[in-house]
This record gives sequence, C-alpha cells and structure tokens, in this order.
Amino acid sequence: MSGQSLFARLEPLLPRVRRPVQYVGGEGNSIVKPWDTAAVRWALMYPDAYEVGLPNQGLQILYEILNEQPDVLAERTYSVWPDLEALLREHGLPQFTVDGHRSVRDFDVLGVSFSTELGYTNLLTALDLAGIPLQAERRGEADPLVVAGGHAAFNPEPIAGFVDAVVLGDGEQAVLGITDVIRGWKAAGAPGGRTELLARLAHRRLVYVPAFYDVTYRSDGRIQAVTVNRDDVPLRPSKHTLSDLDAWPYPKAPLVPLAETVHERLSVEIFRGCTRGCRFCQAGMITRPVRERNISTVGAMVDAGLRATGFNEVGLLSLSSADHTEIGEIATGLADRYENEKISLSLPSTRVDAFNVTLANEFSRNGRRSGLTFAPEGGSERLRKVINKMVGAEDLVRTVSTAYAHGWRQVKLYFMCGLPTETDQDVLEIADLAREVIRAGRRASGHRDIRCTVSIGGFVPKPHTPFQWVGQASHEVTDARLKLLRDTVRADKEIARAVGFRYHDGRPGIIEGLLARGDRRVGAVIERVWREGGRFDGWSEHFSFERWESACAAELEPLGISLDWFTTRERDEREVLAWDHLDAGLDRDWLWADWQEALRGTELDDCRWTPCYDCGVCPTMGTDTQIGPTGRSLLPVVSVSAGSPVVTAASVSVDGVDGIDAEAVPGGVEDGPAAGSRLRPAAVSNGTPA
Amino acid sequence: MARRPEGPPPPPVVQRVRLRFAKRGRLRFLSHRDVARTFERGLRRAAVPMAYSAGFSPHPRISWVGAAPTGAASEAEYVELALAVEMEPAQLQADLDAALPPGLDVVGAVVAEGTGLAERIDASRWVVRLPGVAEPELRGAVTELLRQEVVQVERATKDGRRRFDVRAAIVLAVCRAGNDTCAILELVVRHTTPAVRPDDVLTALGVVAGLRPSVPPEPTRLEQGRLRDDGTLADPLAPDRNDAGRLAGRSSA
Repeated sequence: MSGQSLFARLEPLLPRVRRPVQYVGGEGNSIVKPWDTAAVRWALMYPDAYEVGLPNQGLQILYEILNEQPDVLAERTYSVWPDLEALLREHGLPQFTVDGHRSVRDFDVLGVSFSTELGYTNLLTALDLAGIPLQAERRGEADPLVVAGGHAAFNPEPIAGFVDAVVLGDGEQAVLGITDVIRGWKAAGAPGGRTELLARLAHRRLVYVPAFYDVTYRSDGRIQAVTVNRDDVPLRPSKHTLSDLDAWPYPKAPLVPLAETVHERLSVEIFRGCTRGCRFCQAGMITRPVRERNISTVGAMVDAGLRATGFNEVGLLSLSSADHTEIGEIATGLADRYENEKISLSLPSTRVDAFNVTLANEFSRNGRRSGLTFAPEGGSERLRKVINKMVGAEDLVRTVSTAYAHGWRQVKLYFMCGLPTETDQDVLEIADLAREVIRAGRRASGHRDIRCTVSIGGFVPKPHTPFQWVGQASHEVTDARLKLLRDTVRADKEIARAVGFRYHDGRPGIIEGLLARGDRRVGAVIERVWREGGRFDGWSEHFSFERWESACAAELEPLGISLDWFTTRERDEREVLAWDHLDAGLDRDWLWADWQEALRGTELDDCRWTPCYDCGVCPTMGTDTQIGPTGRSLLPVVSVSAGSPVVTAASVSVDGVDGIDAEAVPGGVEDGPAAGSRLRPAAVSNGTPA
Repeated sequence: MARRPEGPPPPPVVQRVRLRFAKRGRLRFLSHRDVARTFERGLRRAAVPMAYSAGFSPHPRISWVGAAPTGAASEAEYVELALAVEMEPAQLQADLDAALPPGLDVVGAVVAEGTGLAERIDASRWVVRLPGVAEPELRGAVTELLRQEVVQVERATKDGRRRFDVRAAIVLAVCRAGNDTCAILELVVRHTTPAVRPDDVLTALGVVAGLRPSVPPEPTRLEQGRLRDDGTLADPLAPDRNDAGRLAGRSSA
C-alpha cells in the first residue's frame, strides 16, 4: 500500500544507530497530512545529515508553502548516516521521510536542495535506498520526479543524468507552479507519461529538463554545443525571482528540532540578493537583484517566529545584513523589544565597517561580547581590488579598534587562499594585517591579552561569476601558501600567541571545483565514487580525495580530459561553458568584462547607490531592486498574514544559513554536535564560514 | 575593564515547582540534552515565569534529577523549576504540557516543600520488553543472574570505558508473564555510580546466561523514589502534596 508508515519496522533499528532522535520526526511545527486526500505529494530532501539539513531555510520555506495548499502534502527527508544505511539495506527498508516515515518512492516528486556540490553522492544514496533508478532515463511511471534546486543547481550538468528536472532560482512560486502542472496532468490520467509531464513543466518555464538538451563535444574535449531537442521548450531555461518578499513571510512557523542541530535559533531572512559585486561570490551573482523585507514585516516575523518556536536567539539572515536600508532601526527596535526577555539577537557581521560594530553593540546590550567576524577575504590591497572587496587596511584597523574598545574580546578575520592572480606575497600580507589588528586591539583595550583568529578557506571558482573562466589554484599551491603563512605568523614573537590560525587542506576544494564547473561527463565520476563508497563528502572523516582522483582517472582520462582539465585549466572567452545555456540573468559579456576589470584591479561600486553597471539581471528577468527605507516602523507588532499567497507560478533556495557567523552572536554558542568534524564551509565554499 | 551586565540583578525565586513527566513513544530516543532543550523552549512558549541565573548568559533555573537514558521510555522523570512569579501548579502543568511535543507529557506538578527532590529518590522500577526472547529463556537467565554475587559488565561512560558490578544494584529482577515472542522483565534497581541501567542488566544476563536478544529491548521506567523495605518505591512528590495541602491549602496535581 502506498504511503504507509514504516515506523514500526524502523523503530527496532534505531537503538542500534548513533543519535536515533534525528530519524524520528515529531519536530515542533512539523506536519503530517493524510496521504489519501492529497492530490500532489512532495518529498523534500536536504542531502546532508539531519543536523545540518533541518535548519535549512529553503527547505523549511517550501515545506510550509506546499503544506498550506489543501490538497498538497509535503514531507522531509535527510541523508541517513552509513550506520543506518547499512541497517536499512539489511532489513529491506527504503529511504523514508521523517514526518510520516513513508517511502520516498511513494511520492510524486522528490525535491532536493543543493547548497553545496558535495551533496551529490548523497543524492545517489537516497535514490538507491528509495528504489529509484539512479539514471533518470531508466525511471518509470511509478517513480517520483526527481527535481534539483538550490545554489549548486545553477550548474546541474554533473548531475544531469540523475535528475529529471532542475529549478533555477527562488523556489516559492516554482513549487506551486510545478504542483499545478502535476495536479492537472494526474487528473487527466497522466497522458504521455513522464516525458509529457516534463515537457509541460519545461514549456511553462518552470524547470530545466536536461534530457531535452543535447551536448556535443569537440575533439579537444571542450563542449561543441548544447542544443535543445524539442521545439516546445525554451532555448535557455531561466531562473525564478521572487518579488515582494513582504508577501511571502516564510517560514511563519519554523521547525523546532528535538535533536541538536547546527543552528539553534530563529532565522529571519531580511533580504535576498546582493549587488556588492564581490567577484568570487556566486550567491551574490545568482540571487540578484536585492529585494528587502521591510522593517514591519521583519518585526512581525521575529515576533511570530519566537512565539511559534520558543527559540531564545534570533538571527537576521541575508548575504550582507548590515546593508539593509533599515537595519539601524531594526537593530534598535528589536533590542528594545527583547531587552528583558532573555532573547539574544545576531547579525552576520562580515563587513569591515564601524557601523557593523555599532549594530553588534546594540544586539549585545546585556549580552556577552565574545567575538566579531570580519571578512576582508584578500590579504593584500591589490588582491582585494581584484576580487572587488573594497576594504582598506586602515578601514580594518579602525573597525577592529572600535570593536575592542567596546568590549569585544576577540576578532575573527576571514580570508580566502588561491584567488586569481594571487602570489605568495599576497597571502603573507594576511600576517601583516593580523599584526595591525593585534596592535590596534592592544592600543584600544589597554591590555595585551587580545585574540585574533585568522580563518582561511580555499577559493573555488563558480559558474555565473566573473571568475567562472579562471584556472583554480592547485591544492599543492594552496597548501604551500598556507604553510608559508602559518610559519611566518608562528615565527613572529609579537603576535604568534595572539593569532589563532584555522584552515583546511586544499584537496576538498579541488573536488568542489570539479563538481561546480563540471559538465555531464562528470556524472560518471560521481557515480563511480558513490559505488566505491563515497558518502558525506562535506565531512572530513568521510571525504576521500584519493577516491575522487582515481574515479576521475578512470572515467575522464579515456575521454582525453581530467580532474585538472576541469579545475586548474583557465578557459578562454569563446569556450562554451557547461552552464551557458542556463540563464541566471547575468549578461555573459558583462561577466567577461568584469573578469578583465578584475585583472586590471578595477573596482566596481554597488548598483544600489550608484548607476546601474549593466550586469543584465533586471532587464532580462523583468525585476527591480527593491529597497527602503520605507519609513515604516518595527512596532506595533502586527500579525504575519495568514493563509497562502494568491500567486502561483518560480526556486530557490534561500540557503539561509551560510554567511552567518555563529561567533558573531553575542553570548552565542558556536556549532552544534559533530560540527567540528564537518568540513566547515570555510574550507569548501567561497564566502564567510557558517 | 571587563564589561558587566547592566541593570538590576534578576528577580529572586519565589516558588519552586516539581514536575513529574513522561517520555513516551518515539520520544524515548531523546537524550537528556534533547529533553532539556525541548523543555526550555516549551517553557518559553508556555510563558512560564521562570527565574533566571545572573550574568551575561542568563539561564532558566531548572534542576534535573537522574534522566532516563537515550532510547529508554519513562513514566516517571522529575524536574524542579524555580519561578520568579508564583503560579498554580495545575495551571503550569496544563500550559507546559500543551507547549511540549506529544510524547513529552507533564503528568504531575506540586509546589516544592521540605527536603530536596534528589534525596527522595534512590531507586527505579523498570519494565523491559524483550521482543524475540521467549519467556522460559529469560526466566532461566534471571535465575542465573540472581544466583551470582557479583557480575561485572563494561560500558562506555563519559569518563571512558568503565567496568562495574551490576548485581549489587539489583533489588528485584522478575520475569513477568510474556509469551513465546516477547518476554517481559521487571526490575528494581538502586541508583549507584555509575548508574546501573536496564541495558547493563541485559549485558549481565548475556554474561551469565548467554542471553543475547536479536531485537533491541524496550525499557520503560515506571517509577522512581525511595526504596522501602518491602521493595516498593515511595512517591517522591507525596511529601510536597501533603505539605502543600496542609500548610497552604493549595490544590495540586
């Protein structure tokens, strides 16, 4: 019987696995709807461990929006750890949802949200456990549609063979549109089978269906062309952009986990998109334009969210939260409102700006001032111009002096290594900055006991960014530079004991680079790695570089290409990139021009405050920057609109949690269980570590 | 020039309320930390006027008493809350129970009087379902266990792997009527250090009689309290109920 609960068969296995609570469901605000009365049924997956996946905002938003539809049912599923995977196989149990403990294969759609490419092997585990053929072309009528979304899905080509469809961009409207199409198709008796359903979805510009596009290659291994093989689907599938975030205040009732997770707080997204123009930042490029939630909506969401969850910490999320046009009023208003309620507030404080310290002070009026994080990203002035991170050394010193003077005891600085045009000297200048910061701290605080943590991640070039053409630094180069820097800091008696140094080896970044800029031929590598035991590649204790390296040798080298070919090779302007046929709104000529500007060290201002620089997004997508100030107020508390929006029709995933820094949380506790062993996003993603 | 929290110190404790709660069904897989976190959030959702500790990171003042292990269900867990505003225990019980997930159920609340809660608890009564174990097999193993004076078992504790005696802590071990596919073990165990848990007793049954259930056993704690001479347990909240009733004329659960 379809849709029945498997819990009775699962339960006896749970005492035999680590942290069984992650598999039992029952979270606050979770929903289990009757199976039989649902017309369309979604299984939503975050392809990583429960403790990482549960807090994901994108998944929570879609879960709530879908379940608000009377005839739609949505349940969640996460990657099971290898201990439970083995038991499921031994006892013939499938991948299950944590809400109703139903088999994933019983659903109409399996939606998978990829924040990082390192979740691809976990997709294969889930498909295999679910009894769904790995290859989309082998799936039949009884199999769910497998739909990928999230930031990594902006180049889904490496997993093109494993997914039926891909949603680009914001997911709120897209999932409703997809639901409409499936509902109609099922009601009509599923005419034409899966192919017809996929064609309808593609025709309505809801999804990209890889099977409808053929890729040909040149003899030198580069892509010859990507051509559409049907005349009723778009030549270039494009991303969805949600306008008016105030009309979509999700999640209204965030999930409250029973198990410990990596982010134990109420997250409220205050705006989406970023036009600071940091050239390494894929999130900033693919989520344009900036769309703010106004202060009243933010105030109402915080109030409703706290009531619904009982959390005692609020994080205001976005790619650069201090940039919200009403952030000062929001900070003061929330600090006033919750001053006596033991609620702590946090803001990702990644910009080097004294204003950020002011905000952090406001958020920690009565809290502990433990650590503040700033992200200069590049060690030298020259390199910061290349990446368009407009921060001077004097700005940094001024900012950290302010922080130390206001009682902050530790400053964390985040950098990347392996940036385009980088030399040893650029990286060594990180030590100079750290020295300046320590000196400034000692001056400002009046004592010598000042700490500064330098955290360094390897740069990975990403699609749809001005750096999509660059040759990635080899892991040997990255590792050598980091060692040089570490040795230099350690040899400097003035700062050696004051500077903490955190970095990871460069090898996971190379595999992330392969998966980020790979094409369809990389699919065979992923499958081989998975067959040889590859699981949880985002976790250091599971990741095996050697396994990836040998799979690349076996699957790519016979084709005349290689791991290096995909990663360290620089592309020229004319090369067809695997993701060129997917429209993120960015004008390819602008991206190339910006890459050339980067090489010249020319900076670019934010289009929110200076004239448009023609990145292409707004005219292509029919969108506009939506920012305040609105002149509205935080108080009084108004209720968040109930019910679901009228609009139905666009993905995404607010990958809410990346970019937020737990240590910037006043009085906050960093990291959840086992987070220490997970490769921190710092090591594998561009941007500030979560 | 370390910063200090501004403003007055937190309001004093005006009342302590003791709760008995159950951990049931799939929520038996909650660890003590999971239970504690879930309680704190439930208390905030229910707007219970908790007293807080002082300092930069004020914590609600909650005192836990010997938690059932992860995977074990319980009908008899205890916790004491310190309140900054007096509250009718029955109301607190109803509000908090409504705010906690089904499976964490508040089943009793009294105003604390007299001696400490921990002093009133020195033993637990457990019932353990053993699917896949036939009754005669269990009966034989229990007899063998009780015949021993010392049975050492080993378990990973927070202090590393420890070896300790199980037998001395066992006050009662009986095979209750089960059937061919599921035997039922009843235990009364003294609280010792390290605590002897039902799984330790099962390990001991394996050691002395080779009992090795193929399906994980399902333990449920039925009672906690002070062990009487006759092997029964005294309800640890009974003195509070009596005192509260007599001294303040309050009604309580």
